[in-house]
Amino acid sequence: MVTVRRSALAQPCDGKLFPEPGEVLSYGSDLRQRRDLRSPRPLGELRSCARGIQRRRGFLSALSGQRCSMTQSVIVQVGQCGNQIGCCFWDLALREHAAVNQAVLIDMEEGVVNEILQGPLRDVFDSKQLITDISGSGNNWAVGHKVFGSRYQEEILEKLRKSAEHCDCLQCFFVIHSMGGGTGSGLGTYLLKVLEDEFPEVYRFVTSVYPSGEDDVITSPYNSILAMKELNEHADCVLPIDNQSLFDIISKIDLVVNSGKLGTTIKPKSLVTSSAGTFKKWQEKPFDAMNNIVANLLLSLTSSARFEGSLNMDLNEISMNLVPFPQLHYLVSSLTPLYTLADVNVPPRRLDQMFSDAFSKDHQLIRADPKHSLYLACALMVRGNVQISDLRRNIERLKPSLQFVSWNQEGWKTSLCSVPPVGHSHSLLALANNTCVKPTFVELRERFLRLYKKKAHLHHYLQIEGMEESCFTEAESSLSALIREYNQLDATKSMPVEDLPRLSVAV
Amino acid sequence: MSIVTVQLGQCGNQIGFEVFDALFIDSHCPQRLSSKRENEAYQASCKERFFSEEENGVPIARAVLVDMEPKVINQTLSKAAQSGRWKYGQHSSFCQKQGSGNNWAYGYSVHGPRHEESIRNLIQKEVEKCDSLSGFFIIMSMAGGTGSGLGAFVTQNLQDQYSNSLKMNQIIWPYGTGEVIVQNYNSILTLSHLYRSSDALLVHENDAVHKICAKLMNIKQISFSDINQVLAHQLGSVFQPTYSAEGSFHYRRNPLGDLMENLVPHPEFKMLGVRNIPQMSENSLAYSTFTWAGLLKHLRQMLISNAKMEEGIDWQIRPPLPGLPSLSKMSLNKELHFNTSIANLLILRGKDVHSADLGKQKLRAYVHQYTKFGIEEEDFLDSFALLEQVVASYCTL
Repeated sequence: MVTVRRSALAQPCDGKLFPEPGEVLSYGSDLRQRRDLRSPRPLGELRSCARGIQRRRGFLSALSGQRCSMTQSVIVQVGQCGNQIGCCFWDLALREHAAVNQAVLIDMEEGVVNEILQGPLRDVFDSKQLITDISGSGNNWAVGHKVFGSRYQEEILEKLRKSAEHCDCLQCFFVIHSMGGGTGSGLGTYLLKVLEDEFPEVYRFVTSVYPSGEDDVITSPYNSILAMKELNEHADCVLPIDNQSLFDIISKIDLVVNSGKLGTTIKPKSLVTSSAGTFKKWQEKPFDAMNNIVANLLLSLTSSARFEGSLNMDLNEISMNLVPFPQLHYLVSSLTPLYTLADVNVPPRRLDQMFSDAFSKDHQLIRADPKHSLYLACALMVRGNVQISDLRRNIERLKPSLQFVSWNQEGWKTSLCSVPPVGHSHSLLALANNTCVKPTFVELRERFLRLYKKKAHLHHYLQIEGMEESCFTEAESSLSALIREYNQLDATKSMPVEDLPRLSVAV
Repeated sequence: MSIVTVQLGQCGNQIGFEVFDALFIDSHCPQRLSSKRENEAYQASCKERFFSEEENGVPIARAVLVDMEPKVINQTLSKAAQSGRWKYGQHSSFCQKQGSGNNWAYGYSVHGPRHEESIRNLIQKEVEKCDSLSGFFIIMSMAGGTGSGLGAFVTQNLQDQYSNSLKMNQIIWPYGTGEVIVQNYNSILTLSHLYRSSDALLVHENDAVHKICAKLMNIKQISFSDINQVLAHQLGSVFQPTYSAEGSFHYRRNPLGDLMENLVPHPEFKMLGVRNIPQMSENSLAYSTFTWAGLLKHLRQMLISNAKMEEGIDWQIRPPLPGLPSLSKMSLNKELHFNTSIANLLILRGKDVHSADLGKQKLRAYVHQYTKFGIEEEDFLDSFALLEQVVASYCTL
């Protein structure tokens, strides 16, 4: 475990204190590991790489004359997918804070990164020795959840408690994982319950990568459904993502870059897919680019909590405003812009275009059709040089084409943060609580049932202690209940708005 | 006599800063339209009300800044200090780390009791600095969690602690099309609680001020600081010292008392609105000429026809009956008037808010977020009932 020394970095610069970089708690996973998710993985294969959990503490933003420090979030990265996304997140986060405070850049890159390379890696190797007996979950939710969950609960809890102690004010846990595998799905969701019991007042935001139709993991429907039950019950807010949408976004950017339009050059750093520093060719490493998109999502989500703005929005406000009923906490996210044109001859994209794009399917991180479904609530988190009048104008403009549920016709939550992402003058993250997530769940259930009816691969799960068929049936009914709730809301879509009688009082 | 200002939440603090800035600039403006002696008397009166002196002569605002997260307060404090003209007291602010999450219940039931002592001490310190206290001016919004929830709690607290002092709450009515999704819940709960514990509620609507910015000030890209500056201008007018009967060098000493006496004759009717004339950008000011009579005429019609700005006034509407009290001041271009237009506001916007709320309530949407912190459905019903009563009272006027 490494703590970055405060004194080394807190050098005043224009009266400001530097942001405190994240504390690295490395527990078994190799930071540099980049694995292609598409390599074939038959069930039960023993893997030599250590999987594990890597936690890093959230960071503080610099404030001049700082008296009270800010809230912190703890990122819990579970499994291969989770860890890869998490690493991208940290790269980008450091870059963002460095850009805000120039002098920090040097320290960040030399001091912190060196420490990360030297210090924690030593530790990592040490702890790696300790847990190389984790041979991977073999894409088995039961192994991740029941076996590793109970085996490592104490250890994990210990680390989490230490993280929390270091935080002045812990507001939120961000859990990043995939649904289709074994570790991320099983152990990741096990941790949700642990977090809920141990830190009941801290929010749990989950970024879940759902399996696409062409997923090569055969048992991904089982894993996903079993994980869904946990998400339903123990997460405050879930941001579902699927690989296909991310891939489509990349292809779209690719198209523009390679379109050969004269003078169209894109600012490399502005790409929502780019990593800190170099402009990588994503054809070689598609998952890097895809992970960066998710990392950007998390950055934008926390931007208003980290930086100043004229209308702040903290993480607890997301849950408060976007979750009208406890079970309906699945939010569709979309990010714009995807890139900024560097060529000065090309006129800068109109601000309004950014808002329109946020409601187009091309920018969503999950395949869904919100425009033809029912909105329960919608949040617009704007960053950069955008003012309240721009926001209002665009809401008025876009409102008529969107259908909101009858009792929340004005269901908009807005925030304005002054600091844009690196390379952009402004950006927008739209979070929608919309019934359009239903088809994803319905499809998932169908694939599950197809497998379950034949009892295919079931023995791998049932041989794990604590697993019974009832786990599967309970998970399925939990999902069905959720789908029913969405159905009920959809049924109200075309009904006229009720005029409710007001309370009559004696004068 | 002095006024202690309590700034709550992001909105309250941002506006508070602009108000003090406006007050300071007004009292030190270079235009020499009156005699030197008059200016000095005016400055002294203004200063006594809102600022206290420090050793090196820099005025310190008589204000307490409260927020549940640190960013805005830090910004406000540094903006004031940077201006070099005036500043906030070093220890007059209170903040926590984790906001209220737009949750009225959290602000009222959790933050309130938890920080009651600290906030009370801060206010006490500020009060002790005053020779004589006229009352409190509390700035808050209704849509969020801290301003609305904690604001309601603090006002109640002040009612208990300083029952002899007057309290005026400046509340910001949010935009119609959402800033915050649960703003209707928060607004209803705030209004009902404030009605019981405050002496006067001065209402400003974001929509109206936004229109003023757009139409009259011709600002193309309106930001919140533009809106806040217009608000501060209006509020500055409200609090400018007024002449007393003795003559032009003596100012009335009790601003809040005067306002209350004239505008809130009956505790049932405590909602106030401000109409300000003229409102225009600095550039157009050079090209306009006014006469006092013309301005007054415009203002009167604005009040009668419920217009919030000089453009688009309906001159056809006539007042029903004379007899509404009005307060005119020598050096001022504004009228603070309690009138049926506020009642209309409450009725019309209240209706939207109510129906939106009832719809949500019926399905218990979002209610679980409030019950988590101790606000039950009965509290919602109580609030509805109280406000319906107020609306009914205004209707009978």
